[in-house]
This record gives sequence, structure tokens and C-alpha cells, in this order.
Amino acid sequence: MTLSVSLSHHLPGFDLDVSFDAPPGITVLFGQSGSGKTTIINAVAGLLRTDHARVSVGGRVLCDTDAGICMPPARRRLGYVFQEGRLFPHLTVRQNLGYGRWFAPKTALHADMPAVVEMLGIGHLLDRRPAALSGGEKQRVAIGRALLSGPDMILADEPLAALDASRKAEILPYFESLRDELSVPILYVSHSASEVARLATTVVALENGQVVRQGAAAEVLGDPQVTPLGPRQAGAMIQARVVKHHRDGLSELDAGGVQLLVPRVAGASGSALRLHIAAQDVMLATIRPEGISALNIIPAQVREIRMGYGPGALVQLSAGGNLILSRVTRRSVDALELHTGQQVFAVLKAVSVAK
Amino acid sequence: MMGWLGPEEWQAVALSLRVSFWAMLLSLPFGVLVAYALARWRFPGKGLLNGLVHLPLILPPVVTGYLLLLAFGTRGPIGGVLEQIGIVFAFRWTGAALAAAVMGFPLLVRAIRLSIEAVDPKLEQAAATLGASRFWVFLTVTLPLILPGLLAGAVLAFAKAMGEFGATITFVSNIPGQTQTLPSAIYAFLQAPDGEQAAMRLVIVSVMVAMSALLLSELLARRIARRVGGA
Repeated sequence: MTLSVSLSHHLPGFDLDVSFDAPPGITVLFGQSGSGKTTIINAVAGLLRTDHARVSVGGRVLCDTDAGICMPPARRRLGYVFQEGRLFPHLTVRQNLGYGRWFAPKTALHADMPAVVEMLGIGHLLDRRPAALSGGEKQRVAIGRALLSGPDMILADEPLAALDASRKAEILPYFESLRDELSVPILYVSHSASEVARLATTVVALENGQVVRQGAAAEVLGDPQVTPLGPRQAGAMIQARVVKHHRDGLSELDAGGVQLLVPRVAGASGSALRLHIAAQDVMLATIRPEGISALNIIPAQVREIRMGYGPGALVQLSAGGNLILSRVTRRSVDALELHTGQQVFAVLKAVSVAK
Repeated sequence: MMGWLGPEEWQAVALSLRVSFWAMLLSLPFGVLVAYALARWRFPGKGLLNGLVHLPLILPPVVTGYLLLLAFGTRGPIGGVLEQIGIVFAFRWTGAALAAAVMGFPLLVRAIRLSIEAVDPKLEQAAATLGASRFWVFLTVTLPLILPGLLAGAVLAFAKAMGEFGATITFVSNIPGQTQTLPSAIYAFLQAPDGEQAAMRLVIVSVMVAMSALLLSELLARRIARRVGGA
């Protein structure tokens, strides 16, 4: 099932005009606050009316202002996970989970309660009320509630933004399993580069109410022209596999033929993981550096150079089919005479597992 | 209690309880509707409606009673129409209930409105995204969350009805067994040369009823607050 969205909305000082598709997997609406992310997701949910809208899920038209059709939120069958959970305080966890099932057509109920409760690890909370739950537990129940309402699509508006780092780490794996195990597409709003690197299948990059780029996560994140959070926050995402764990505490990974050494990661050899490489952490050398402490020195080819307005430049590199971004100064670009097609060495100061 | 009170006194107490009960019960749905409209809807004339609802709180009760008599009397524009379908307010206990309901209405609406305003509309939005229509959102989310306020308002309206005097006596007079409510009876006994003892007994009943109403509402509100979890 795919979500197709086309919206335009005019507000004083802000014009929204977007059009994108969200295929199965997690589609992240990625941009700074004020870029229109929440407006879009609320328009998809039907909580907000835009001047012009055409929204459909798997061919089912939810709203088409040209045809004069616009369903109320209750009939759209989209499971919405809000930033603040929004659990019903007067109902138990069990009743909260069951709330949407009450209204859903029986044919739409694919997910069954015991399986979802088990997946989210909330079996021991069922008889409690939301007031007695921690922030992370509330959010897990909110995910379950959305999932159990038999939705054609899950919407999530920065569901981790209100949580601290350890709670985030608690919730992220659940979104990964939703992405990997369910066919329900997820539209996910985020302004966190690491969250996007970890979760996104598809990225829709937004700036000032416009889509600047949409496509597969690795391509959009590795594009030097697309920096919704500014060049300082730019960073590529690459997929890797664990080769083996070394005795000195490092793990050896393989990313399309490129060997990487990172501090010990969880996961057996052969397991897949996503890496987030911030452009700030990548240095460039025209000859292979020697006598250097960095462990990861990768031969790569310059594909594109984007000069910034300030002293910086973003260089896109290709290494074994992976796109990597490097943030250097314009002075270095001149000094090294960097140009498209050139063979260089990327020195990775840090490689982090996306989290 | 029947042995302790004289038949005429008992009659007044029973009538007052009946009048107050029906006044409260029948004004409750209207109270919820008006409170919801004032809290959540935007419409022309909202200020006027708000003023109209609160008018009985500020007007002299005699004026309210007289206006009711003009409108709901058998020759009044509303009373005349209702009489044809068999509903008569003038000089009946039903009229006392109407007067009590009108006088208690501002208190009822105020309490419910405050609790509706305290309900986070985001919860109602969440319910809508889960498939609940407006009606079901109200029934399953809004209503349970405003229950404490609803209850407080109902008790307040009941207590107000038990004590209503000015509008009642103006609208439906002071007919023993028909429209002589507790306050009217106390007033009548105090006018009589040897009625002071009977009046005192009714005063005690008044205090007891008011006190138990307050305690009951407190108890229920606390139980509901615990159930809602205070969040």
C-alpha cells in the first residue's frame, strides 16, 4: 500500500506546496521546525484542512478538494502516534489498546492484540492506567493503540521528541520492527538526523513548505545539495554487515566491499546494520595518509562538490557503491585542487551505528 | 423522620426533594449541551447566550419568577401552547421544578463548562483518528473526563433547587401539598403565630439535606478522580 499526498496551503508568511509518495517502509518527513512537517501529517490525518488537498492510500481517496470529497479523521483509518502519546487517562492500558478496534471494520483488523502486546513488551502494564506509566511505556502503548485500530497507514509525529536519550533507545527498535515486519507504510516526522539515518526507507526532505528532494534514504542523505538542517548537520547513511568481532573490542563491518572497523557493535556476524557518518567527521587526503591514528581510510571517488556560502564546502564521495559526505573548507578544496572524478582517500574520524 | 415531622412539614420536605430531583435531572442534558457550546463552539450570539444563562444569577429572583409567570402562565406564549398538550406549570409542582431548574442552571452550566474547558482537545482528536465519530468521542472521552465537574454541577443545582424561594413563590405561589416547598413552608410557619417550632424542624432538615448533598458529591468526585488517575 502506498500513500500519495499532494497539498497546498497558504498562510500569511508561509506557503506549503508539496507532493510526494510514501511507499511501504518508513517515509520520513525530514526538515527543521517550521518546514511544514506537522502541517502535512495533520492534513493527511484530516485534523487540519488545507486549501488544496489530494490524499489517497492504496487507491482509497481520503481527500480530494477538487472533487469536493474530504473524509473526517474518524473514517480515514490511519493510526496516529502523537508526540505526547495522548493516551486516554480514564481508561486502562488494555482499554486504550482496544479503543480503535471498537470502531474499525472487522475485516481491517489484521494485527491481533496478544501479538502486538508481545511485540511491544507491554503485557505487564495491561491493567494499569496511563498515569502510572513511564514516558517510554506510554509511547509503546500509543504505538500499540494505533497499530491495533486496523490502520491502512501509521502516522508518527516526532514520537521520540518528548523522550530522553535512554527512552528513545527503548522505542526505536519497535519502529524498526514495524518497518521490517509489517506491510503497513509509516509516515514519520522527524528533525533528528540520526533518527532519519536509523529508520528511514524513504526520505522526503522539506524546506520552507517545499519538497527539496525525495527518494531512497541513502541517496537523499548522501546528496550534498540537500541539507535540511544545514551543512553542519549533514551526514550520510550506509548499510553494512557485521563480518566478525575482534578480540581488541572492535567489530569489523563490510559495506559493499568497503571494510570498516568500529567499536564493538551488538549483532552476530552476518547481521545487517545502518551506519551514520557525519560529514563533519570525514577528512580528505589526495594520497593515502600514513602514520595516522584513524583506523578507517577508504579509497573513494569525488562525485560532486557543493560550495557553501560561508567558508565550507560539502564533498560527495562514492566508495564501493556507498555515498559518503565530507565537510571541508573551500580553502582545502582549492589547495587540494579537488574536482569531480578525482580519486581520494576518505579518513573517517568516527563511524557510528545509527541510533 | 415521618414521626418527627408533622404531616404538613413532611409534605413540604417530600415535595422539595421531588421538585429538586426533577429540576436537576431534566436540566442536566440542556446544561451539558449549553456548556459544550459555550466551551467549544464559535457561533454568532454566543455572548448573548452566555448572558441569558447567567441572568437568573443576577436578577432579583422575584423578577425571574414574574418573567416565568408571563411566559409559562396559562395565558403566556409558551405556557398556552404547552397547555394544549397537557403540560401545565402554573400553580403546580411542575412549575416549582421549572423555577428551580432555571435558577440552578447558571451554576450547572458554569461547573460543566469549566470541566469541558479542562479536557484537552488533543485527546478528542486522538479518539477521532482511532475511528470515533463526534458522538462517540463525546460519549467515550469527553463525558467520562468531565464526570467530576458534571457531578459537582448537578449537586450544586440540586442544592440550589432545595433552597429556591423567590422565583418559586412568585411563579407558582405557596400552596400546601402543591407548590409549598421547604423554604416556602419555613416562611409560612414563621408567619403563623405558633409555627416557630415547625420552622426550626424544617431548618434542621434543610441543613441536613444540604450537608449530605455536599458530602456525597465530595465522595463521588474523589472516587472518580482516583479512577481517572489524576492525569
